[in-house]
Amino acid sequence: MNRLLQRLYFTLIGIFLAAPLIVVAGVSVNERQSLTFPPKGFSLSWYGEIFTNPEWRNALLASVTLAALSAALAVAIALPLAWFSWRRIAPWTNIFQVLGIAPFTLPPVITALGLLTFWATTGFYGQPWTAVISHAIFFVTLPLVTLSLGFSSIDRSLVEAASTMGADDRTVFLTIIVPLILPYIVSGYAFAFVLSLNEYIVAYMTVGFTLETLPIKIFNALRYGYTPTMASVTVLFVAVSAAIFGLVAWFGDLPKLLGALSSEGK
Amino acid sequence: MKREPPRTLADYGPLLFPAAMLTVFFVVPSGTMIAVSFFQRQQGGFYTPAFVWSNYERFLSVFFGNVLGFSLMLAIAVAICCVVLALPFTYLLARMSRRAQVLWLVGLLSVLSLSEVIIGFAWSTLFSRTAGITNLLVAIGLMDSPKALYPGFSAVLTGMVYQAFPYTVLVLFPALVRLDPTLTEAARTLGSSPLRAFFNVVIPALRNTIVATLIMVFIFALGSYLLPQILGRPQHWTLSVLITDQAIYQSNMPFAAAMAVFLVLVTLALVTLTLFLGRKGEAA
Repeated sequence: MNRLLQRLYFTLIGIFLAAPLIVVAGVSVNERQSLTFPPKGFSLSWYGEIFTNPEWRNALLASVTLAALSAALAVAIALPLAWFSWRRIAPWTNIFQVLGIAPFTLPPVITALGLLTFWATTGFYGQPWTAVISHAIFFVTLPLVTLSLGFSSIDRSLVEAASTMGADDRTVFLTIIVPLILPYIVSGYAFAFVLSLNEYIVAYMTVGFTLETLPIKIFNALRYGYTPTMASVTVLFVAVSAAIFGLVAWFGDLPKLLGALSSEGK
Repeated sequence: MKREPPRTLADYGPLLFPAAMLTVFFVVPSGTMIAVSFFQRQQGGFYTPAFVWSNYERFLSVFFGNVLGFSLMLAIAVAICCVVLALPFTYLLARMSRRAQVLWLVGLLSVLSLSEVIIGFAWSTLFSRTAGITNLLVAIGLMDSPKALYPGFSAVLTGMVYQAFPYTVLVLFPALVRLDPTLTEAARTLGSSPLRAFFNVVIPALRNTIVATLIMVFIFALGSYLLPQILGRPQHWTLSVLITDQAIYQSNMPFAAAMAVFLVLVTLALVTLTLFLGRKGEAA
């Protein structure tokens, strides 16, 4: 009886989570340009549209480029910071850890508005590269948390053995730390990449009028006329996110990673 | 290698790039925003340096009071719905096999990372007249004709609960994994039903976690910006929407900045409260 109830409960939650996506997937295979469900006819042409229609293709390209670059920059900021707090005792530098966590903890509109005033004041407002920096700062929390966890799981005696045998800091870093920390770098990058791909408000506030990322494009399409391409892009995004998180889970310890992510957020 | 204090200036080297980036692109922008919130607005979208309280004085209007009240009420409703739904879910999830856990977690993360735009679009489709759930109800004969279920308050609430539910599960997950299983076992041995054990043992043991989670989800929901616009009417707009509206469309940066500063203060107060509760929870 209890098992049955539990099944039912999980099924209902599953339906709640999946229902909008199922409807969107259904809409995306409509034959004509209409948002009907169940779909009338079957066609995958709306998926082709993402790559053949220059507007959607450019938006996709802009989003992927932005996500790839900003996630890399976020890791580049987080890695030395996490390494430093693992290697050194310097209490006042904890302030930078807090600064790294803050943008993600506050409501996003605040970080977005801060960056908007900053880029407007410095005169760079609207330049595409400002979005890369803005996203890197906004998402630096994710690699910072995964990397801090990664460093804390390194057995210090390994490093000690290496330095007793004459390895300097640099050699230790390249031959011991990097191989051990690599999975955490990858998952930190993956989290930042996926979230940047989906981010709307920071991108909109900083480069919304000059660069159209996919979320911005979808929102504009929502306002100025529906097309099933919106649905096919959505399905593509869900598939990409699920695939990336699936890979992270495959190569890493997802329950452990998430345990750290949320307790750090508190 | 032991942790040691930096001896030379060169030891601080690795800190240089992260510290510079975070200072220039986070601390300075925040400072700029605070400064702008005291600036004098000029006609035509410009503003001049000044030190005036007029942007903050606008908070005292009835309109602003309504928006603030609605934002807080909505965020509280979302937080309560999410925790009520997610607590038993996460409790059971934490006791499932590792394989099932990973599968659910991947799914939850995928939903969590979904753009607000996409969530809004998906639910507006589900609530629409042409493709929505009402068609299903018509098909099985429960309704006469399909109708649109949005825009409206329940649509906004549903969308936001959908958005925040995976987040709630992920916040609760670590605490529930760590929860001592002997607690419920003891309750069961003493003859209580699983449901009773859950309500009389698990929930009191997690009281601080639950309050902390409520606050975290509340902050998360405060940040929701697109869902009230896509699924609601203008009277369902939240503070986040109003801030963007003032900044981008009304070109009133000083007022937008003042509202943002206010939102930061509310959030910070709540984060401090969460940290305080967390510490108290550990001490207990």
